[in-house]
Amino acid sequence: MSAGLTAGVLISACGNPSRGDDALGPLLLERLSAAEPGAGVELLCDFQFQPEHALDLEGRALVLFVDAHVECSPPFTFQRLIPRRDNSYTTHAMSPWAVMQVYRDIKGEEPPPAFLLSLRGERFELGDDGLSDAAEQHLDAAASLCIRLLENPNIVFWESLAEPVGES
Amino acid sequence: MKGVNLRKYVHEVIRVVSGKRVHGTAALPGGMNKALTAADRDYLLKDIDEVTLWADEIVELIRQIFLANPEYHQHFGYFPSNYLGLTREDGAFELYHGGLRARDEHGKYIFDHVDYRNYPDYLREEVRSWTYMKFPHIVSLGSENGWYRVGPLARLNNCDFISTPRAEAARRNFVAYGGGNPVGASLAYHWARMIELLYCAEAIHELLDDPELLGTDLVTQGEKRFEGVGVVEAPRGTLFHHYCIDENDMVTKANLIVSTTNNNQAMNEAVRAVAARYLDGQELTEGLLNHLEVAIRSYDPCLSCATHALGKMPLELELVNAEGAQIDRLARNSLGEFCQTIG
Repeated sequence: MSAGLTAGVLISACGNPSRGDDALGPLLLERLSAAEPGAGVELLCDFQFQPEHALDLEGRALVLFVDAHVECSPPFTFQRLIPRRDNSYTTHAMSPWAVMQVYRDIKGEEPPPAFLLSLRGERFELGDDGLSDAAEQHLDAAASLCIRLLENPNIVFWESLAEPVGES
Repeated sequence: MKGVNLRKYVHEVIRVVSGKRVHGTAALPGGMNKALTAADRDYLLKDIDEVTLWADEIVELIRQIFLANPEYHQHFGYFPSNYLGLTREDGAFELYHGGLRARDEHGKYIFDHVDYRNYPDYLREEVRSWTYMKFPHIVSLGSENGWYRVGPLARLNNCDFISTPRAEAARRNFVAYGGGNPVGASLAYHWARMIELLYCAEAIHELLDDPELLGTDLVTQGEKRFEGVGVVEAPRGTLFHHYCIDENDMVTKANLIVSTTNNNQAMNEAVRAVAARYLDGQELTEGLLNHLEVAIRSYDPCLSCATHALGKMPLELELVNAEGAQIDRLARNSLGEFCQTIG
């Protein structure tokens, strides 16, 4: 089922706003929404990635997954993703590359080119109020990157900024 | 593909009803801030027959899986318990508005048709020093014997019938498996959960055919009250919200018993049952950790509220002896790799 026209670029972020720096993904989407990225970009936010998010990949030219990360290099890492099955499909939270693998499995075709923006977080406890100081800085840096990506929505440009192929 | 599309349909129902797939904005105290349009209704009606068919197939699939290895599915994480949940006045399966019913391990009523606003007279929450989780129990049975299970298994064990035909047929199969007693297997939660999924598909179809769904009388009217209790059957189980407010509508008291808290002792018992079978008392193994996860996930605790940041250890297991000393620790990281730090 489809609710309307599909935007070419999907930015899909996840995180729990009540758990400190886990809010990095949702807060980044708020920043981007305020920047009014236009009809060619869809911003999608959820608590975690799930199998049905594979269907959100359909018809996209570019996909950017966004999530907080507990151990990536600060302020963020930006990587091209390849689909891969792992055991996260048995949990409440799938990895972005496993979501891509679901797309491959159910559609019988390769998913659209996808990238992962991991923002380094420092604290994730329930009730942690707001972002840590470090995460605030990481959010600023990641928002600047995203603005550049959205100003140049083509895979050649995105790949030029990405680290070598990674999965986590 | 059917399962993924079914989940997608549910997200669409949420989006259409609440405005967004996550963090919907349509709910107000006493009602909703927007009505469903005819276009919304037709959009959801378009796929509901197929969704119901898929749900029916999933119920049959989980039934076959369960019965293919009954020894394992019946005894894994098994323990007898009481069951608590809402039922309709006529005993029907109910998710939103009904009376509290509790049965014991043999199906005998502990209480029935209790006005949920009087829940403090029937339920008590015990605090223990070693955890922030509370231990709810039925007052008349005491904390030792009065704990109970909630959620799909309890709802199926407690109700007398389901008001939609396909789900009722599935419930009868489920009840027959119990042979006259409530079904007590932890893994039967999954079977019960799929029967509820089928009920929801049928109920959504009924609601979409109801002209009142497009009505614009959206918010109930009444005199302001300073104390209120609301109870629903959330997907994971019975959910109590109890609030007091002052003249400025500021909350002065709040008590919530969420589904995972209601199932607290039950999940502990599931862990105990698995440990009794798979733990040698000295060493934590990958098999044990996996079995514990299977047991806990039967109850589907509210992990949506947890952190899912990439790179985070999703599961850590500690073995502590009677003196309180840690004698083993095993963790599994987000890539599924195991790490044993002691032992």
